[in-house]
Amino acid sequence: MNVVPRASQWGELIRPDRVHGSLYSDPAIFEAELQNIWYRTWVYVGHESEVPNANDYVVKSIGPQSVIMTRDEQGKVNLLLNRCSHRGNQVCSYDKGNARSFTCPFHSWTFANDGRLVGYAFPDGYEGQDKSKLALGRVTRVQSYRGFVFGSFAAEGPTLEEHLGGAAETIDRLVRFSPEGEVEVTAGFLKHRVKANWKFIIENECDGYHPAFVHSSIFGVADSAIGKLYGGASTAVTRDYGNGHTEIDLRPEFRKRDAPMSWFGTTEARLPDYTARMKAAYGDQTAREIMIDGSPHVMIFPNLFIAEIQMFVIQPLAVDDSVQHVTALQFKGAPDMNRRLRQQTMGSVGPAGLLLADDSEMYERCHRGVLARNPEWIFLGRGEKRERQDELGFKVGHVTDEIPSRGIWRHYRSLMETR
Amino acid sequence: MLSRESSATLMSAVAAFIYKEARFQDEHQYEAWEALWTDDGVYWVPANGDDIDPEKQMSIIYDNRSRISLRIKQLLTGKRHTQTPQSRLRRVVSNIELMDEQPGGDISVASNCLVFESSLRDDTVWAARNEYRLRYVDGELRMAYKKVILVNNEKALFTLSFLI
Repeated sequence: MNVVPRASQWGELIRPDRVHGSLYSDPAIFEAELQNIWYRTWVYVGHESEVPNANDYVVKSIGPQSVIMTRDEQGKVNLLLNRCSHRGNQVCSYDKGNARSFTCPFHSWTFANDGRLVGYAFPDGYEGQDKSKLALGRVTRVQSYRGFVFGSFAAEGPTLEEHLGGAAETIDRLVRFSPEGEVEVTAGFLKHRVKANWKFIIENECDGYHPAFVHSSIFGVADSAIGKLYGGASTAVTRDYGNGHTEIDLRPEFRKRDAPMSWFGTTEARLPDYTARMKAAYGDQTAREIMIDGSPHVMIFPNLFIAEIQMFVIQPLAVDDSVQHVTALQFKGAPDMNRRLRQQTMGSVGPAGLLLADDSEMYERCHRGVLARNPEWIFLGRGEKRERQDELGFKVGHVTDEIPSRGIWRHYRSLMETR
Repeated sequence: MLSRESSATLMSAVAAFIYKEARFQDEHQYEAWEALWTDDGVYWVPANGDDIDPEKQMSIIYDNRSRISLRIKQLLTGKRHTQTPQSRLRRVVSNIELMDEQPGGDISVASNCLVFESSLRDDTVWAARNEYRLRYVDGELRMAYKKVILVNNEKALFTLSFLI
């Protein structure tokens, strides 16, 4: 199929327990997703800590589009499109830096870091032009949650809080791991490219069915306790927060263990400075609860994945080409913890990661697989009959159930059906 | 300062070592490759430039000796999916130069390297500047340090699960 389905036809491709393989492989559907999802809903762009000082900037993206995240002199965070309003040349060629303005190298048009056109070369040919109408393009709406900066190209629509819904609480849970209540993104990114559709990636992030098999090579030799969390006997759950946000909630397992920092494979005694700072910040009892429960494992639709200690940003480039940008989360005011976060992250993710390289191999093989059209469907029915509601009304199921995928596709369908 | 003769002898020993290392890597001789390391070995593949601080910034690989060992153990399970089937590899190492002597007597060596990888995904060419610190242990050269500076390490990279 190379025709985008009409609104009424998406239901023929997306059913409660299965989706059609063409959804991952059809270039026309990918183009429709850019319009209906990436250029409309809230997309995670960057973190405020990446531009700590006035005039700092960092180049980010929304789908294939290059976006410059700047902090202007007033301290405001802007999301500007990296495209000169004259001939379309990219105005910024460095990944990050500090600049009050960006000058296009083609014809020397200069833009302030809040997007305003401040000058062009040889102005005598521009009599009567209104400079204010020739500013850099902007991401229409920009909003932060706990330092995480999201952008939406849609002028109207849900607020960021409405979009995040119940999943906002997972970010609240994350930032509590800093004794100062703030996450920082300061360790630089690894960029891992895969020849696969982006949806294979976001479905995998909260797929608790695969770790025992895909990661058996490392669980076996690293003496890791992670494997059991995803076993048949695990009490961990998968959760669908709605709006495409999904979670693997490992707290039931960690609460059974009742050991602070067990979620991170360590003990309080090995992180005395961090433990002391956490207790000073939150009090003994709350600090203990935080450190038992562990950091969340949540996929914020469509592109922000928090994997306990890492942040992934998923970027689609083409129907079969995606990048996972990944970094170690850093908890403000926790130097000894942060060093371990970096070390563990470097070992497990990125192109050579002991864990993620094998996930990537699965996405790529899935992508090649769906090019075969028989059977036509991807089956996502695991655990459908044993779904239940948690106390807040969100759908939950066993950690190995496919609740997250079904939740992602339900939301996807709603976005694709609405023009 | 080495005499011209001893420098030529050292160069020949160093080149032989580097070619052997390349062959072990190309042919997935994991245990033989691991045996080339000293007990304090560091295997580093930086990201986002040549000289980031690996203690502060993310690297593609930043393995101490114990993580090198873990990496090898994982490959030896035969269940490292991205290496099942194994990448077909051939690399050319060139421009080998002896660099300044290191404190402690380690031999500092640099080379260029081009690796052709054929995997299930496709064929990929990797290019790197390699920096080594080599040391004689019981009369044999060993690697105490290998830094692989990929030419494109600031870009999005495909999976790199063989020994680079």
